[in-house]
Amino acid sequence: MTTTATSEVSERIVEVGKIRARVLVAGTGDPVLFLHGAGGLFWDPFLDALAAGHTVYAVEHPGGGDSDALTHLPGIWELVLFYDELLDVLGLDTVQVVGHSFGGMVAAELASNSPRRVTRLVLVAPIGFWRDDTPIPDIAGIPPDSLPGLVLADPTSPLAAMLTPPADDPQALFEAAMRMASILHFIWPIPDKGLERRIHRVSAPTLLIWGAQDKLVDPVYAEEFRSRLRDSRLEIIDGAGHLPQLEAPDAVRAHVLGFLS
Amino acid sequence: MKSIFFHLMPYRDLPADFETRYESIWVTPPNTELCDPKQVAQYYQWNLDELELADRLGFDGVGVNEHHQNGYGFMASPNIMAAALARRTPNNSAIMVLGNTLALYQPATRVAEEFAMIDVLSNGRLAAGFPVGTSMDVNFCYGVPPTQTRPRFREAEDLIIQAWTRPGPFSFNGRYNQLRYVNPWPQPLQKPHPPVWLAGGGSVETWELAGKKDYTYSYLSFFGAKFGKKLMDGFWNKMDEMGVDRNPFRAGFAQQICVSETDERAEKEYLEHCSYFFKKCLHIPPYFFEAPGYRTRKSTEFAIKTNQPGDIAAAAALEKDWKTLNEQGFIIGGSPATVADRLIEAAKTLRVGNLHALLQIGSMPHELTKKNITLFAEEVLPRIRHIWDDEGWTHRWWPEGAADRAATAAPAGAKA
Repeated sequence: MTTTATSEVSERIVEVGKIRARVLVAGTGDPVLFLHGAGGLFWDPFLDALAAGHTVYAVEHPGGGDSDALTHLPGIWELVLFYDELLDVLGLDTVQVVGHSFGGMVAAELASNSPRRVTRLVLVAPIGFWRDDTPIPDIAGIPPDSLPGLVLADPTSPLAAMLTPPADDPQALFEAAMRMASILHFIWPIPDKGLERRIHRVSAPTLLIWGAQDKLVDPVYAEEFRSRLRDSRLEIIDGAGHLPQLEAPDAVRAHVLGFLS
Repeated sequence: MKSIFFHLMPYRDLPADFETRYESIWVTPPNTELCDPKQVAQYYQWNLDELELADRLGFDGVGVNEHHQNGYGFMASPNIMAAALARRTPNNSAIMVLGNTLALYQPATRVAEEFAMIDVLSNGRLAAGFPVGTSMDVNFCYGVPPTQTRPRFREAEDLIIQAWTRPGPFSFNGRYNQLRYVNPWPQPLQKPHPPVWLAGGGSVETWELAGKKDYTYSYLSFFGAKFGKKLMDGFWNKMDEMGVDRNPFRAGFAQQICVSETDERAEKEYLEHCSYFFKKCLHIPPYFFEAPGYRTRKSTEFAIKTNQPGDIAAAAALEKDWKTLNEQGFIIGGSPATVADRLIEAAKTLRVGNLHALLQIGSMPHELTKKNITLFAEEVLPRIRHIWDDEGWTHRWWPEGAADRAATAAPAGAKA
């Protein structure tokens, strides 16, 4: 993955109940919690941009590494409580939250559960709803070489290389599978776990970012969020798929930085 | 060695270009397009006739299993087949249900109830198979999150054994099964409960469970003893480590077998059906084999260490001609003497006392299947039945109500 870090990034291990959470911290200013998607946690230029004016806390989703975290997190509710408790441990009473894909779903759940805690919400291509007319492809049930075409507006972009580990490296494949497993744990077999019944509680102004060419989570899903959120704005990014913050970094950075306090 | 005629119940008439036109034999082969219920009505009759024939001809057991949305085995409920067999196996073969995929049933007492019914209906002839189940069945067809596959299996196993052995009613407060009143009617006939047969593809956790609970373990693959050697060595090493004896009846293996009058004739009669099996019935994309999280860290580390992914890829890449299939051990085919010799070698190599004999393979028609079953029963089975006698072990996992043919058949001159 392209990780041209210009910020000073420190890694913190934080005890949250029985779970040891890994958090990357950088920057100064108002705190921003970043929740990553199924690809895993990597410090990337988008986080660098956030860290230029904020203190970024990028949390590694629990259970992907060599831990039994998932046994303590049987469902989405425990996961949301984990993040709520993590904010306590980090000493952050209120926070702005940015979430991508699965991280967007968790961010929306967190803002639904703790509406007074989340002051602004940025959801980049979030999941959390299901439409029979536009089903979200089964990421575990497609050939790896189809992935770039679903995820990226330009499947030949260098970003394609980071989507799948080399086929001849069983250990790397396994580590990637464990990361994916920790996310599938919460969304299998269909990524609709009841956000619809809770999202009306979100009080934070919300910015939705969607790649116009997102073939994994079609932009029609933006409407599911827009129609239920009290205060939301949608930005469709041309020339981007499911990773708009990396595919069209300038456009996304301008929208997000303009929106956050 | 016990011989069980194990039937997968495949679709015998898939289109010739199936493997190039469709994604997979499992999970997604379109049912209205490919699976004609009228055809299936005929298959089910043949399948049951073949199993009943095996009972009459003196097999020790008849075996059925569970798969879902699968063109090589559409026995979604093996219990229905087992119930039919319980009534039509007058020679008292064991009824081997290998098995019910425990993680799929909520509450898992459904399995305790149905297995108890089969046990009672068959007068104590049930061998109760508890497979963890494949990722295709558990995760893709039944929607169980991959990371829940094993925890659900373990909880179900615990609940079922309690349901069979504890006086009811009692409460069970599990993570996946919460029951205020567990009290199945009836409990099984066999006491303390029908023998439990685990089945799997080489998970370390399953071996540990077998050792700890004194269950049998059957290694089920379509790639024969040569491929299975590393896995079964792993199993026996685990038993040694746990202080469990090396009784070969603790273990079983599945083998595809083709018997004819001569080696040459076997190739002529069976090759096309074996090719059908390996080309069409095993046409499964890798991503369905193992959803992320299906396998534990521990088992994956073992798999990587023993190069299982490499071995599977190498096995898949092999030419499926008669010579290769036989040399690799995917198929044991030939005259009765050839087949018996090679089965003995395989059983000794793996140290297994139970043979799940796959004698209906792929597109193999009914008449040829009957021939295969008959030749096996009459000419192979007597030669392999007593191969473990000299070690003097007792088969403690054979269903109490099933005939013990090893004890009654004359061993003299029966060895190959």
